[in-house]
Amino acid sequence: MRVPGAWYLGLSAVLFTIGALGLLVRRNVLVMFMCVELMLNAVNLTFVTYARMLDDIGGQVLVFFVLVVAAAEVVVGLAIIVAIFRSRADATADDISLLRG
Amino acid sequence: MDWFVFVVAGLAALAGALGVVLARNPVHSALGLVMTLFAVAVLFVAQGAHFLAAVQVIVYAGAVVVLFLFVIMLLGVDRSEDLRKEPLVAQRPMAFVVSALVLLQVLLLARTRWVTGAPSLTAPISGPGTDVEKIASTLFTRYLLAFEATSVLLVIAVVGAVVLARRTPGGGLTSHQEAAPPTETAAPPTETAAQ
Repeated sequence: MRVPGAWYLGLSAVLFTIGALGLLVRRNVLVMFMCVELMLNAVNLTFVTYARMLDDIGGQVLVFFVLVVAAAEVVVGLAIIVAIFRSRADATADDISLLRG
Repeated sequence: MDWFVFVVAGLAALAGALGVVLARNPVHSALGLVMTLFAVAVLFVAQGAHFLAAVQVIVYAGAVVVLFLFVIMLLGVDRSEDLRKEPLVAQRPMAFVVSALVLLQVLLLARTRWVTGAPSLTAPISGPGTDVEKIASTLFTRYLLAFEATSVLLVIAVVGAVVLARRTPGGGLTSHQEAAPPTETAAPPTETAAQ
């Protein structure tokens, strides 16, 4: 007996909310970035669930693209974080309020 | 059996996600992220997306989290953060309220009977062949332009990361100002030589 898709959707909704909460609550830039990855994973789970429910491979292809874009995003984001750490040795998001350091 | 896999993997995913948010040490957050990623990969397998589960483990757990840990170790920020300190007034209660609203909205949207759309006729999952063949045949026909665009995106990301993370002699983030003068000074001699 297969698990209904609604349970997967509920689980991914909870995962997305935990990621959003972490993004709002935490101050460490790296942990905030990890919370963004959590939210991306929750959305990926939703895509795969809908692909199964609607019997369409397009949902899985879209997850593939999300994975590629997430990898590129992590590379650029971590490079920005490294550049910020070089100019000021602190990890809290409240201190990074200027576009030009 | 399906329910067992779902419950175990779902609980692992939730525990890992809570670990990411609640851990005071960024390294522990990264480990919680690995746990969630593996659990989501198990859920992918449970839904028949074997290729995506493999890619999830290889790309996310293998590359992205390792990159995170690299940056954590490189910058030396693996010290603990005091979670009880609240920098902004009333920011945390508002964050909880907003998150609860988001959860309500997403759960409402995810109600099964609201799912619209007809089952696919052109690219169904059910039928002969593995999911790898189906993803490949869809990716290289209907989504070929998007696939090529992602290759351009990856090149741009690599170039951007190199430019951003490069350490310049002057200590600045960019070296455009330092690179410009030599070309100007180098131009007049070639003109005189041509004359």
